[in-house]
Amino acid sequence: MTVLASLVNPSIGLIFWMTLTFVTVLFLLAKFAWRPILNGLKEREASIADALNEAKRAREEMASLNAKNEELMRQAREERELLLKEARDIRDREIAEAKGRAKTEADALLTRARADIQNEKNAALTEMKNQVAELSILVAERILKEKLADSKAQEALVDKVMAEAQLRRS
Amino acid sequence: MSLKPLLRHAFLILAALLMGRSTAQHGTPDSTAHHAAAATTGAHEAAPAQDHGAKEKFNAGKLIMDHIGDEHGWHLWGHTSLPLPVILYNSERGLSLFSSGRFDHGHRTYDGYALHEGQVVAVDAPDGTDVHHAPVNERLTAATVDLSITKNVATLLLVSVLLLWVFISVARAYTRRAGQAPTGLQNLVEPIILFVRDDLAKSAIGHRYEKYLPYLLTAFFFIFFSNLLGLVPFFPGGANLTGNIAVTVVLAVITFLIVTFSGNKHYWHHIFAMPGVPGWVLAILTPVEILGMFLKPFVLAIRLFANITAGHIIALSFFSLIFVFGETSAGAGYGVAIGSWLFTVFMFMLELLVAFIQAYVFTFLSAMYIGAAVEEPHHH
Repeated sequence: MTVLASLVNPSIGLIFWMTLTFVTVLFLLAKFAWRPILNGLKEREASIADALNEAKRAREEMASLNAKNEELMRQAREERELLLKEARDIRDREIAEAKGRAKTEADALLTRARADIQNEKNAALTEMKNQVAELSILVAERILKEKLADSKAQEALVDKVMAEAQLRRS
Repeated sequence: MSLKPLLRHAFLILAALLMGRSTAQHGTPDSTAHHAAAATTGAHEAAPAQDHGAKEKFNAGKLIMDHIGDEHGWHLWGHTSLPLPVILYNSERGLSLFSSGRFDHGHRTYDGYALHEGQVVAVDAPDGTDVHHAPVNERLTAATVDLSITKNVATLLLVSVLLLWVFISVARAYTRRAGQAPTGLQNLVEPIILFVRDDLAKSAIGHRYEKYLPYLLTAFFFIFFSNLLGLVPFFPGGANLTGNIAVTVVLAVITFLIVTFSGNKHYWHHIFAMPGVPGWVLAILTPVEILGMFLKPFVLAIRLFANITAGHIIALSFFSLIFVFGETSAGAGYGVAIGSWLFTVFMFMLELLVAFIQAYVFTFLSAMYIGAAVEEPHHH
């Protein structure tokens, strides 16, 4: 057998050893190398994918949280504005009301005072008139007692009194 | 499968085939004519055999064939060989186990056996007889099974130990540092493992790829490591393991067995009765399909064997040119040495690429055949 012929004729010995060795190596590697390596790779890929998803979710959550915060802030600001405005309104209204009430009260007081004054004045006037009338009657009684002996003098007196009364009234 | 990876695969396969063909054309010189018993390493070394001249003529064909072939014992340099165990089983003589050193580089007989052109033959002569005076016993030779640890078997064991060591230690890193970034050796092999998993297995087989991944990974790294070790020019490299037909045949047979036992109804239906084909065409097509079943692994074995062997042959041929020209004149030898050296370096670079491409092609085609066997029918 030439050397070249031996090149293309597979030798039994090498086939035997190759089959035995390769199959053994295949099983050993499959059990002790490929399984842990492939599992490790798969787990790592899964954990990386998970981590990326988690990060993405967290980012989204953060964004939504921020938006929510901003919304809350905006709402709070609006509410504050509203509250302030309401307070201002209430204050203004109260002041206005108080002012109004004070004014009406003062007016009422004034009116009452004025009425009282008028009443007092009227009462005083009436009393004065009454006293004057009483005094007049008293005076007239005295005069009449002293001077009503003479009829002429009586008539003259009455006329004079009447005239004076007319004058005073006008 | 999209078009782009398909094109890429097609290109790589084409490149691998072309490379194989061109080197094969260069690489198979008329070596059959050269089988004189010359010293294995060069013209300047005198062979010790008595019936040869003191100065041997340099025989490039024999040098190359010795390097790409197998041998009992591992030739290191000059006349130094690492002896390896010779294991022989003869149905009449029983089991024989001894060191290959007993053959004295194929010059002497031992235990009723001798080396004849690298092959163990049974002889009828006492121990230590010169092989030229030992008559070969053809009947006993035919009854002998040679299970020796040859250079290739030793390399095979070395590659196996290397594979187990590398990948089991890498596997340990995966369990010890689960979920963390790869470091060291893990970093080196992880991209290749991912390449085999994603670009070969997943793309060619589909969602059932995981079942076949251990075989594809083992085959890929076995071929790749063997190819690389074969490129190392000194011990413990240099053996032409993946360029040995026995090795590639075993690999191809395993692929064939996996494909055949994975084949589903759809697959067998396509082989024995291609749907939508008239009966008289089936009479031609079915034998062709059955032939194809066996042809596919055959081509797998031949392609790997031829590519790696051709690479070794051409690199050694350029190298041999130095000594061929050196025999006519020393000056010519030195002159050619520069060119040869450059070409050898170039070839070496090319072979590094081929080492990867052939591992890729073998694994990818295996995955394709498995993919065809487990493919689910598409309803158009």
